[in-house]
Amino acid sequence: MVVAAVTTNSADVPGRAEEAAPGLPGLPGHPGAPGTPGGPEQSLRPPSPRRLNRRIRLRRDRSLLLMTVPVVVLLLVFNYLPLFGTVTAFEYYDPIVGVVNSEWIGLENFRQLLGDPLFWGSVWNTLELAAVQLVLFFPVPVALALLLNSVLSPRIRSFVQSVTLIPHFFSWVLVITLFQQMIGGAGLLNQFLRQHDMTPWNIMTDPSVFKLLVTSQVIWKDAGWGIIVFLAALAAIDENLYEAAAMDGAGRWRRMWHITLPGLRGVIVLMLVLRLGNVLNVGFEQLLIQRYAVGHDAADVLDTFSYFYGIGTNNYGYGAAAGIFKSVISLLLIYGANKLAHSFGEDGLYRK
Amino acid sequence: MSDVTLKARRPSARPVWEEEPTAVGQGVKGVTLAGILVLVLGPLWCVVITSFSTQGSINRAGGLVIVPHGLTLNAYRTMLGDGPVTRALFVSLGVTVAGTVFSMVVSVLCAYGLSRSRSLGHRFLLMLLVVTMFVSGGLIPSYLVVTGLGGFDQYWALILPSAVSVFNILVLRSFYGSTAAELIDAARMDGAGDWRILWSVVLPTSRAVTAVITLFYAVGYWNSFFNVMLYMPTSSQKWPLQYVLYQYVNLGTNMPGQVNSGFGNAANATAPLSLQMAVVVLTLVPVVIAFPFVQKHFAKGVLTGAVKG
Repeated sequence: MVVAAVTTNSADVPGRAEEAAPGLPGLPGHPGAPGTPGGPEQSLRPPSPRRLNRRIRLRRDRSLLLMTVPVVVLLLVFNYLPLFGTVTAFEYYDPIVGVVNSEWIGLENFRQLLGDPLFWGSVWNTLELAAVQLVLFFPVPVALALLLNSVLSPRIRSFVQSVTLIPHFFSWVLVITLFQQMIGGAGLLNQFLRQHDMTPWNIMTDPSVFKLLVTSQVIWKDAGWGIIVFLAALAAIDENLYEAAAMDGAGRWRRMWHITLPGLRGVIVLMLVLRLGNVLNVGFEQLLIQRYAVGHDAADVLDTFSYFYGIGTNNYGYGAAAGIFKSVISLLLIYGANKLAHSFGEDGLYRK
Repeated sequence: MSDVTLKARRPSARPVWEEEPTAVGQGVKGVTLAGILVLVLGPLWCVVITSFSTQGSINRAGGLVIVPHGLTLNAYRTMLGDGPVTRALFVSLGVTVAGTVFSMVVSVLCAYGLSRSRSLGHRFLLMLLVVTMFVSGGLIPSYLVVTGLGGFDQYWALILPSAVSVFNILVLRSFYGSTAAELIDAARMDGAGDWRILWSVVLPTSRAVTAVITLFYAVGYWNSFFNVMLYMPTSSQKWPLQYVLYQYVNLGTNMPGQVNSGFGNAANATAPLSLQMAVVVLTLVPVVIAFPFVQKHFAKGVLTGAVKG
């Protein structure tokens, strides 16, 4: 999924394939197979002897350019403009006088941030949550995909797959409400415990198990979604390999170890890299919703910190500084994860 | 005869070289699969049954009802009468429909506009798009931009800032790019311009991906929650369903103008719990209804195709 973006991206880095002019200038179109975007077929095509000049190309492509205008405008306003807003992190931002006229205080916000125990608490929570999710969540879709793949009946297989996929499309509010009804204070579990004279246990408000709770919610919601990509990779493994291995006397488990898992390696590494790059985005909405129930000590991560101590207290510059801190670490993680992928001999997000 | 058709319908029968499955293995596998199904469907079952239950059976069960007994539509009648939930339902539907149409129009146009290889500037524009996937100004600068444009308490604040998903555009683009070149060239020979080609050639040949991306956007709008919290935290008149669910079920806040913790009228004996569960059902029904229509494209085709690039 995200992989599509990645492939497209890496193939379209400017300067990778020279912009050659179309072969038939007379034809008012875009000759040649569009094919998959970028990619090898561009290098296969012989370079054209002539280069159309910009004006002619502009006239030819003006509808195409016009079509991209709405999206470009939306991105400029809602994605690029906020980039300039990050200067608020270096200001004592006052909403009344605006970004430009606010008092410039340099690194003061960052200095305060580094001395703030609440901030370090949320950094720690973010990292701990990321680690727990990486260890407990990541293997689940792989295991599920292997299990499903071993089911022979296509009916059962697609039924189970559909059922596990549905929660991915539920909102976090809905998922948490469902968990609340099952294991919360007034939920099914405690209903049962009370009726059988046992001590009720409200898991939803217990900070000591909060990270496990959050991870189990992620598994419930997204494991079925994670299966898709691994099932696709499993389907791409050559059936003959299994047959040959079976002929050579390899049993079920040896075949899994020596054929299936190596076949999945590329996808697993890629998914791991994507996961690492996203590690600091650990369930913002999910934690926001549950923060009141479990308390900020357990539930604050970098994003919620930035929300509550930035917007909540009108201390925008402070919150923006926490946001920058997060972005920088995220970029470092993506970079590091890619290095790791390269050292495994895999592509990762971008090629070496 | 029936045996033959049965075999024909099972393309993935066990190959001859594979060992006979052991009884224990089959048992463990069956139990695991059943357990997974119960974990996913169990909560949904309880919620749906409780929403249809009378106060009597809820009292008897001491909370959520597992075994249906004495079903009633009262909760739904109360909920869909004149009240905050009905209004929220219309807000949600409105935002979802308007947002999805808007997102699809701009995304399809942009995806096609970037899909013709070697058109003027498409590399630069692509970079412009892709960069936003990795770099963002963060929460607070975005908030300042939207409120600076007057988006506070406005419906457009729920749509425009999240209208573009670069990922969705890239998926669409990779499909449009692989539309048969002969078709497009033929259309061009016949004098069709890019708008015409998009409408009459590319769109009809890529219905599956259009359906899936539409679902992605629609689900996104239907589920949007944080934007509401950010841009209209206090105007309860404008809240969509997800936020109503959060306020009145998750947090247990009283509905405006009601005395008890639920929002039923105490006189007509509708259980607050059944009412709460009815709100839950209302938020999940559209997703469950829309799902089968596009589900078939998920397993094979669209996403796996996108993965392979």
